[in-house]
Amino acid sequence: MSDIWYQFKKNKIALFGLFMTTAFIIAAIVAPLLAPYDPYKMSGAESLAGPSMAHWLGTDQFGRDIWSRIIYGTRISLKVGIISVGISLVVGTLIGVVAAYYGKWVDSVLSRLTDVMFSFPDILLALVIMAILGPSLTNLMIAIGIVYTPIFARIARGAVLTIKNALFIEAAKSMGISNVKIMWKHILPNSLAPLIVQVTLSLAFAILAEAALSFLGLGASPDTPSWGIMLSEGKNWMEQAWWIAVFPGIAITLAVFSFNVMGDGLRDALDPKLKNESS
Amino acid sequence: MISYIIKRLLISIPVLFGISILAFFLVRLVPGDTVTAMLGNNYTPERAEALRAKYGLDESVLTQYVLWLKNVLQGDFGYSHFTNTPVLQAILIRLPITIELAVLSVVIAVILAIPLGTISALKRNSKFDYGASFAGMLGISIPNFWLGTLMILFFSLYAGWFPSGGFVGLYESVWGNLRSMILPAIALGTAVGAVAMRMTRSSMLEVTNQDYIKMARAKGVSKRRMIMRHALKNALVPVVTVLGIQTGYLLGGSVVVEQIFGLPGVGQLSLQAITNRDYALLQGTILFIASAFVIINLIVDIIYGFLDPQIRY
Repeated sequence: MSDIWYQFKKNKIALFGLFMTTAFIIAAIVAPLLAPYDPYKMSGAESLAGPSMAHWLGTDQFGRDIWSRIIYGTRISLKVGIISVGISLVVGTLIGVVAAYYGKWVDSVLSRLTDVMFSFPDILLALVIMAILGPSLTNLMIAIGIVYTPIFARIARGAVLTIKNALFIEAAKSMGISNVKIMWKHILPNSLAPLIVQVTLSLAFAILAEAALSFLGLGASPDTPSWGIMLSEGKNWMEQAWWIAVFPGIAITLAVFSFNVMGDGLRDALDPKLKNESS
Repeated sequence: MISYIIKRLLISIPVLFGISILAFFLVRLVPGDTVTAMLGNNYTPERAEALRAKYGLDESVLTQYVLWLKNVLQGDFGYSHFTNTPVLQAILIRLPITIELAVLSVVIAVILAIPLGTISALKRNSKFDYGASFAGMLGISIPNFWLGTLMILFFSLYAGWFPSGGFVGLYESVWGNLRSMILPAIALGTAVGAVAMRMTRSSMLEVTNQDYIKMARAKGVSKRRMIMRHALKNALVPVVTVLGIQTGYLLGGSVVVEQIFGLPGVGQLSLQAITNRDYALLQGTILFIASAFVIINLIVDIIYGFLDPQIRY
């Protein structure tokens, strides 16, 4: 563990990612303390006001404070990210472990299913699922969760296949330990490293996907302080007020960037062999 | 080689079949009645019945799927009430725009990725390398719809260099066409370029570590010649595969980017099919896009087989 941390902290940019993701999580938790205004409160007199001392990042067309909305937006982004990746992780890992462990036709069926799902561009698949479920934040998390399930299934399957025939698994089997117990106690812990890396990277994807779907109007409801919705509204007022379209985009980019570099750093730290080969 | 190609083809068939199942049944789950949408103000129960019978919508779902697949295999994707044309025709009219967008994006991506990735690898751990890897990470992280919005803001609204949207056909004006395509292509190509650059860098590092490259250097082959003649050619093989996988991103991203820039391509069409509850059109576009992804990757795999004779499944 300390070894992993030692490897990880050598990478300054990954450290920055860890710092920023922590900052985002804290901002989401203490949002009311950081936001000077109510993110939903409209004020006709102050609409489309540029950045000032009163409104650091300006206001939108309804006079809502953009800084406050971005701060509350961290809650939406992180919630969607964590829950949807949680869905993909649990369902995907289950599918992958079962496929690899049982092999034969179970593996064939599940692997073909993941191949098929991989063939659909993620945004398009999420859009169609959103069209089925209807626009809401909960449905958005389900849709993104479904879309990223095959990645976890594939990773878990690969990881299990490489250790399935290891001697210590053979030994456990010969001792009469049940399949479920072997998977849970021996195979899963040994497959953790690639899954952890994928979780971090998927959080970045999920935040991007939430913003994209909300931007297209098939995500959260229009008054939600979601970064994607702020952006899509900001686009209509861009000529008069650039700040509505610019600041939420910076927030999205920064969040996605932070999770991405953290995931990259984790991969290098968890798999030193890969590091030596590729850099 | 032939057996490899045949094997690869045979693996694709069940996947394509699966895609058709998913495309058909997912779309059937979308709430809202296509017949009601088609009739609009002319709705009467009798007319609705007649239309259902005409399109076979009164049959069981399974029968409908079999019928649909049979027609699709004969090139009949059904009729789109939104565009008022056969689905296949609606897709084919818009296809050149999406292809042009995708090709331009890949060209931009490759122009950026290969030199930057190669230099990064050769000057490993230099300031240039760090700068490029930072830019690469940023390129992967920046949402294409925000990049597009920013470019419209700066280059169209402020500078006035490019139109802020709309499409000019290639046959109307080559220059006008390029002007309407270049910003969307940058918005879409940035992430692809970033991924390809990272791949070029790591693949180049791996290749330059190989014995035959060290041997060539020891024999006195110049560094420049070593890179151009020996290393780059081999390093680019995995980059080609990555570009193949990225077509999935390109096709999905085209939905968003075409919408922002008002380009009437297949991506925008699929979005319109969703908003207009046009079942046949949505099934057609999804089937088309997912199959395109599979076929492009099939081609990439076959090219890969030629480039690297060691690969055999």
